[in-house]
Amino acid sequence: MTDTMLSTPDGVGADYYRIGAPVADTQAPAGPIAGKWTQRKFDASLVNPANRRKLSVIIVGTGLAGASAGATLGEAGYHVKSFCFQDTPRRAHSIAAQGGINAAKNYKEDGDSIYRLFYDTVKGGDYRSRETNVYRLAEVSANIIDQCVAQGVPFAREYGGLLDNRSFGGVQVSRTFYARGQTGQQLLIGAYQALERQIAAGTVEMFTRHEMLELIVEDGRARGIIARDLVTGEIETHLADAVVLASGGYGNVFFLSTNAMGSNVTANWRAHRKGAYFANPCYTQIHPTCIPVSGDHQSKLTLMSESLRNDGRIWVPKRKEDCEKDPRQIPEEDRDYYLERIYPAFGNLVPRDIASRQAKYMCDDGRGVGPMVGDFRRGVYLDFADAIARLGRPAVEAKYGNLFDMYARITGENPYETPMRIYPAVHYTMGGLWVDYDLSSNIPGLFVTGEANFSDHGANRLGASALMQGLADGYFVLPNTIRNYLAKGPYPKLDADSPAVAEARANVEERTQRLLAINGQRSVDSFHKELGHIMWEYCGMERTETGLMKAIDLIRSLRAEFWRNVRVLGSADTLNQSLEKAGRVADFLELGELMCIDALHRRESCGGHFRAESQTEDGEALRHDDQFLYVAAWEYAGGSGEGEMGNPVLHKEDLVYEAIELKQRSYK
Amino acid sequence: MNLTLKIWRQDGPKARGELVTYQVADISPDMSFLEMLDVLNERLNAEGKEPVAFDSDCREGICGMCGLMISGEAHGPEKTTTCQLHMRSFKDGETITIEPWRADAFPIIRDLVVDRSAFDRIIQAGGFISVNTGSAPDAEAILVPKPNADRAFVAAECIGCGACVAACPNASGMLFMGAKVTHLGELPQGQPERAMRVQAMVATHDGAGFGGCTNIGECSHACPKGIPLDVISTLNADLRKAKSGRF
Repeated sequence: MTDTMLSTPDGVGADYYRIGAPVADTQAPAGPIAGKWTQRKFDASLVNPANRRKLSVIIVGTGLAGASAGATLGEAGYHVKSFCFQDTPRRAHSIAAQGGINAAKNYKEDGDSIYRLFYDTVKGGDYRSRETNVYRLAEVSANIIDQCVAQGVPFAREYGGLLDNRSFGGVQVSRTFYARGQTGQQLLIGAYQALERQIAAGTVEMFTRHEMLELIVEDGRARGIIARDLVTGEIETHLADAVVLASGGYGNVFFLSTNAMGSNVTANWRAHRKGAYFANPCYTQIHPTCIPVSGDHQSKLTLMSESLRNDGRIWVPKRKEDCEKDPRQIPEEDRDYYLERIYPAFGNLVPRDIASRQAKYMCDDGRGVGPMVGDFRRGVYLDFADAIARLGRPAVEAKYGNLFDMYARITGENPYETPMRIYPAVHYTMGGLWVDYDLSSNIPGLFVTGEANFSDHGANRLGASALMQGLADGYFVLPNTIRNYLAKGPYPKLDADSPAVAEARANVEERTQRLLAINGQRSVDSFHKELGHIMWEYCGMERTETGLMKAIDLIRSLRAEFWRNVRVLGSADTLNQSLEKAGRVADFLELGELMCIDALHRRESCGGHFRAESQTEDGEALRHDDQFLYVAAWEYAGGSGEGEMGNPVLHKEDLVYEAIELKQRSYK
Repeated sequence: MNLTLKIWRQDGPKARGELVTYQVADISPDMSFLEMLDVLNERLNAEGKEPVAFDSDCREGICGMCGLMISGEAHGPEKTTTCQLHMRSFKDGETITIEPWRADAFPIIRDLVVDRSAFDRIIQAGGFISVNTGSAPDAEAILVPKPNADRAFVAAECIGCGACVAACPNASGMLFMGAKVTHLGELPQGQPERAMRVQAMVATHDGAGFGGCTNIGECSHACPKGIPLDVISTLNADLRKAKSGRF
């Protein structure tokens, strides 16, 4: 389905990718946007309850999107096989989300509505998301809160016993439900308990400490996975009528991120190599308020809620020579409160991407603070001295005490006395496998939910929307759309020794043996760190054409070295954490290249993707709706061998805005 | 900092284990405890020796995956998870003993990695509220008095790490179980199954090889989330009421 090779107007793209046929969603029904979901649920085929137990579904990942889907499909009576690489489904990284979950309940009677949540989400995504999917997300958001409360999720409450809400992420209505700073934990435990209930009921079979390493595609349909039992090392074949990937995001391609150590792209990438399109891989969100890197040993970054920006003032010294000084000794006139200076209307509350980019500029300018890491000081001050003077320490403690404690524990500094240091960190990936309105990928039978798909957040995600999407997909959307596919099943029985299965198994076994056989000089982590540096430098907060081209070269040679010089000790038939990491990093080494190609081809700035060549006179992100109002869905075009990616094929899905008018955003 | 580490190495569930001594040098006080082990593992890999296996995932103190017995204390000397423990809590030259959780109910898989699936089985027995997707009433239809909501929340903070079991001289899982019984029992939504829940969970707990509670309180002391000991009182009260049919 590939047209002849076309070069983009600047001639750069021709060397890196090819243009293929356009792609489109065909599942959203016609008619007004508010009626589409109701119509789709009606149109989607039903499965007779007696037939459901004959139909099986594999779900990879047990975060909000995976656990909720597993519980719901299990309750409905399907036979579910659920997989996670952790020791129990309750560990999935949804658990670390702090802030809250949005829902258009309008309990505060402050003008919120489904339409307003829809509008805010599309605008926040910088007009790069699909209207129909986002409207549905807003529509089902209210049901999520009902479901979670019924499960016993302990949301914050007022004295009258009613639920409390707060305003979050710069929106003007209070629609965020929360459970102190542990909303993700409480929602995940709710979904986990619902899943465990189904495990006890026998509808869900749970496979913990298992990692999906290959997708089985037979006759054009996704029919199962090859998984490795991480304890025994056994390679297992699991077959089903449909496969759901709910395996999360790929922020760990940057090595340092707020993701968990085990978060990885392998399930998604293996599916991509089997034909699933990867959409908008370059859209990554970099969160401004994280604890800075303290040294080369750093293994991960910790986010602190951006609510800190409500009262903290961000600054760096005006002069480079002051950067080593005790900040308390730097007088007011020598401080540059740069966000307040550049954005007087929004000040410290500018959106995440702007706050992040400005912090980078200050540090690139040599005015960063904190320890030298490499050649740079990577940090800016977030100062609460004014807030403490204005509100008193007890008030600040009541509001931010847990965050201050966390900061003190990690840095060993007391933020009540000396300003906090913060720096941006990779936090969320908006890109993911391409799905239609039914959350089906372009491979029939392969569905993708939560952060693993691309569908709802466009080029940038609003605060408190990730939890909403994960649970919307798992509880309410997927169970209603997957039945349309399952209703045509059961699909023909697949033999464990059929060619598709044998090929997938052989791939996994060969790859495992090859990783163990290289026995080179460098550790997996050293490759991962180097990849992370490349991605952060050239495909991070600011991207340029020359930088991205350089990154692609660097990644290609690093990948070649990996397959020649990595050292993975131990054996395949036991718990081997080096081997697990090696497989994940091998996939990141391919994904990183695709992200750079995607970022290179998108010669505009939008949301979290800032191309230095495309900015307004004021230095703001400048979209080019005339050229780039589309989803970039990439098809893998390499061979089946390791590391040889070939030139990917770009399939464009045009974005049509009928309910919302396109606008250029401005925060000045 | 320079440190001497005595680390439990065990090749597999059935293999014999032993403490092996390692020296680590140039450790920064700003490193987390697990980053210090990362440094050791990088060195072992370079020397052609297999790295030490240990569990960790979020490394921000919330997923509950990490957990080591550090010089005899679950999660070490601070009241936090192992991943949030930093090297500034130790002295230069110190000898640190690192072992896995020790409990019959948590068999060792390899080195410092243990099998905590018994906790999942306790939840399967009754640690939930039976509500199918889509059948929930409007969220505001259920009023919860703030004191009950707050106590439910405190109990719900449990991360299922297993430190309570590791710290308990009886290897009891009563704090873990009490936390769930209290979380759900404080809420109106949790009432219909309250009697059934506590009995089923306790039966599973006892069958999984956990010991009984003798009110020593090491569990709550070791808990990185500060789950209070009185959840065990609630557990016992609920069990008594359930058995005598007085709910």
